[in-house]
Amino acid sequence: MDHTHSTASPRELQMARSMCWHCQSEVAGEYFCERCVKVQPVSKELDYFTCLGFPRRLTIDQRQLEAKFYELSRAFHPDFYQNKSAAEQTISLSNSALLNIAYRTLRDPIERAEYLLDLEAGSVKEIRTSPPADLFEEILELQDTLSGFRATDRKSDTASTLRKRLQSEQARLEQRQRDMEAALQQLFVQWDALQDRGQATGQAKAERDRILKQIRENLSNRTYVKNIASDLAATIA
Amino acid sequence: MTRIVGIDLGTTNSLVAYMAEGRPRVIPGRHERTMVPSVVAMTDNGLIVGDPAKEHLTRSPERTVYSVKRFMGKSLEDVQGELAYFPYHLTEQGGVIRIKLGEKTYSPPQISAMILKELKQRAEAHLGESITKAVITVPAYFNDSQRQATKDAGLIAGLDVLRIINEPTAASLAYGLQQNTQGTIAVYDLGGGTFDISILKLNNGIFEVLATNGDTHLGGDDFDRRLADLFVKEIREQHGLDVTAHPDHMQAVRLEAEQTKIRLSDDLKTTAILDLPEGKGRYSRDLSRDQLESLTMELVERTLGPCRLALKDAGLRANDIDEVVLVGGSTRMPLVRRQVEALFGKRPHCELNPDEVVALGAAVQADILSGGTTDLLLLDVTPLSLGIETMGGVMSSLIRRNTTIPASAKEMFTTYVDGQTGVDIHILQGERELVKDNRSLARFRLKVPPLPAGVPRIEVTFLIDANGILNVSARDVRTGESQSLAVKPSYGLSDDEVERMIGESYKFAADDLKARQLIEARTEADAILMATAKALKQGAHLIAEEDLSPIRTAMAAVEAAKSGGDHKAIRAKIAALETATHHLAEVLMDSSLKGALENKKLSELTSGK
Repeated sequence: MDHTHSTASPRELQMARSMCWHCQSEVAGEYFCERCVKVQPVSKELDYFTCLGFPRRLTIDQRQLEAKFYELSRAFHPDFYQNKSAAEQTISLSNSALLNIAYRTLRDPIERAEYLLDLEAGSVKEIRTSPPADLFEEILELQDTLSGFRATDRKSDTASTLRKRLQSEQARLEQRQRDMEAALQQLFVQWDALQDRGQATGQAKAERDRILKQIRENLSNRTYVKNIASDLAATIA
Repeated sequence: MTRIVGIDLGTTNSLVAYMAEGRPRVIPGRHERTMVPSVVAMTDNGLIVGDPAKEHLTRSPERTVYSVKRFMGKSLEDVQGELAYFPYHLTEQGGVIRIKLGEKTYSPPQISAMILKELKQRAEAHLGESITKAVITVPAYFNDSQRQATKDAGLIAGLDVLRIINEPTAASLAYGLQQNTQGTIAVYDLGGGTFDISILKLNNGIFEVLATNGDTHLGGDDFDRRLADLFVKEIREQHGLDVTAHPDHMQAVRLEAEQTKIRLSDDLKTTAILDLPEGKGRYSRDLSRDQLESLTMELVERTLGPCRLALKDAGLRANDIDEVVLVGGSTRMPLVRRQVEALFGKRPHCELNPDEVVALGAAVQADILSGGTTDLLLLDVTPLSLGIETMGGVMSSLIRRNTTIPASAKEMFTTYVDGQTGVDIHILQGERELVKDNRSLARFRLKVPPLPAGVPRIEVTFLIDANGILNVSARDVRTGESQSLAVKPSYGLSDDEVERMIGESYKFAADDLKARQLIEARTEADAILMATAKALKQGAHLIAEEDLSPIRTAMAAVEAAKSGGDHKAIRAKIAALETATHHLAEVLMDSSLKGALENKKLSELTSGK
């Protein structure tokens, strides 16, 4: 629907059109037409990083991100468009909705990485149904203990022994999740450094693919462990 | 810019407020009372609202509606468990509860509209201008149907509802404005029928809600019921009487339970007294605060779970909260305050009147919308996840709970069969896996051009606006054409029905006005009769006998007119009585004050001492 212009723009935020929808003049202001001061629609094709004015990096300063979110909220929120035309109200609503989802995604490091992976490698979130290889034995044993626990009377001695075992298992899984997150953090730093170097060599490309692949694996293993740990917590609660 | 008022449409009481000189103010009515009881009574002379309607609670319980907010956006099945507590008759039509009053039935939005109209008139009388625009508050945990029902109520009352705003966030606006707070706050809002917890971050005029949770069916009413159940049980045991068979007495039990609870917030001991049905004497029960607390502890504990969930969703621990704010009349209970303090490890704030703070915040939001306040901005969230039904009766989530609003999600739909011309879509709200465990919001049928399976591409946009209300739109990606959708709400009035109710509301407005004028005239008659009687007691000996008899005659005339149905006749007799008492008023004046008070009416001198 929108004619997105990919040409370099002096503005931080990419707008849906290069001309003001209202007065047809060249849009030069940041989010508002310089001539008629009307709010301009943000391109719906805009990625969340660009939307919030950040480069595609996996380490983001939370304070800066929040400050930008607040600044753009003050520019776009429907509260400030109550006395404006219906067209401006519609733009305010869709700009705000995009801004809110962008902020929500980038605020959380895991969601941010999943989103970046999607942008860079064009893949959707992978849902793992079987345990990662190094966890296979452990998970199988855990499933056994869990079904044993479910079958016993909750007040019995057997149940309390099993519960203790499951509790320590839960703590182990949670520790593993933290380890995985620390490993992810390392990969994020590697990704950012590679981007900062900005090389276009074949070696850089191979490096890029390697990091993305590792991030993907790590993310899906982490999600798997996290789900198992929270299932476990719910069962013994 | 026309004025926008802020309205707190509460379960038990409702208020209206406006902004003046940068400060929100609640508009008082008669006798400076700021609260309008959310009670509507059907009398022989029409519908009446507020304080006068409250008198009908015990007089004609089956025709007096209270706590209607509990039924907003609900079906009969949703409230099955508490029907026994309500003396008025409920039915259902088209997924919407209907309340039977005399010959007619009314939907909860229509009843709420009557309360809104009362507030509208109060504001119009106070401000001397017509009021057509309002911000109305709802519990933060209200779902889409409940919000839509509130908006419908506004429309039926002749109000353009510019914003539906969450009660705890409204409170935070009023509170933050007053105290200039920065940091993370928790707003604990326990009202007459609903409970909300909201966690907010306040930063240079931005009020960002991080998470919200609650229970739209937990409030002061439930506390009253615990006491009422005790009274009913003991009356049965001690006197062999079934109070539940007598709606008027049941209402008295409920009211005494409420009063007993209120007294025990200040006192450690009290006595509840009730007249028994069939003239069988009295029931009297001593009660201590400890006893009330053990009866209601479980209810207070039920509020703590949502508090913990909200903290978890906000990614915070209890001790990360800088300040705790209490809102809603039920937070006056010492037990509630203790439990909240224990959970957050902080003494909660209650500097602002918990009954008024929500209305004050609504007025601030109204001022933001009218462009008066430009430095404050509220960023609220949607309380419940929104999704659609997918294969196997599973809900697929599109917008997760606690997402900042406005929020939108897009979903692409296609066909599975060649030539298929429609796709049915079922929209849901809730946190559970299965469709049956979540709340059905609406259904609609997407129109698809007859093409081979998989070829059509219809993009549907689900947008939750700043009111927390869902808007759905669809666009054919191949042609770029957008299509209009006939979305049928699962638990709400259709647009046609709302339209019809707006029409009816105008038609009945004339009758309602007559009823209202009559009640006001009667109230005024009572006031002047009382004032005159008091004046006669003080000063009858100061005036001659021949001056006394015209007063007595005029009093009798007012009394006689009062029992009639003509408000003009009552007003005329009131005026005559005022003339007749003019001399008495003068005589009564202290000689030293005489100069200053000349020409005052008698009622002005004696009222308020």
